[in-house]
Amino acid sequence: MSRVSIQSQDFDPAAELVALEASGGGGVASFTGIVRGQGGLVALELEHYPAMTAMQVERIVEQALARWPLLGVRVIHRFGRLEPGERIVFVGAASRHRRAALEACAFLIDWLKSEAPFWKKEHFADTALWVEARAEDEAKAQDWAVKPPR
Amino acid sequence: MLTIVYFAWVREIIGHDEERIERPAPGTTIRTVIEGLAAQGGGHAQAFADMDRLRAALDQRFVPLESMIGQAKELAIFPPVTGG
Repeated sequence: MSRVSIQSQDFDPAAELVALEASGGGGVASFTGIVRGQGGLVALELEHYPAMTAMQVERIVEQALARWPLLGVRVIHRFGRLEPGERIVFVGAASRHRRAALEACAFLIDWLKSEAPFWKKEHFADTALWVEARAEDEAKAQDWAVKPPR
Repeated sequence: MLTIVYFAWVREIIGHDEERIERPAPGTTIRTVIEGLAAQGGGHAQAFADMDRLRAALDQRFVPLESMIGQAKELAIFPPVTGG
């Protein structure tokens, strides 16, 4: 199974967790991102940079593997049009101990927010707006105190 | 020739997702290339009005706007990313 998938179709978090549990570690941590339906949001449109995205997410995974003793890592990021309640992103990490798995998960999702070439557009009933990057997301990624994968 | 690709609102304002320009000298910075495109007016001028809102990648790697084009084949210009 590949470590990184960039896809339009949905995924099954349970199946992903089972696969990570089989990697022989003592613990598996994961994060699943869901489209929030607040403020009359009709759909979220995710654009990405096809020639770069998978390669860049692999670089982020390599950073996680260099920092924590992980036995398995899985990242799935969807693109295209998603409605409230739909899954957007999955990050999972398996390790012998909980701290490495939990920290790697937090690192991966923080870095996906500020270091992967995705752009979100919010569609409402009568308008559509590109989501502005938040300075605090950038700050969270910097908090990991390593240079971004460049 | 240098291929330039655009994403998100930069793409929408310019009106297309890709174009090719005469290859700049290797020492030319991305910022200078963007200034040259902005001078064409129209959507380019509008999309590139505020450089602080722009980010770039050269051959699929994020780089600062001060980076030189060098031998890169593809320049990407886009707003700060909002994935995750």
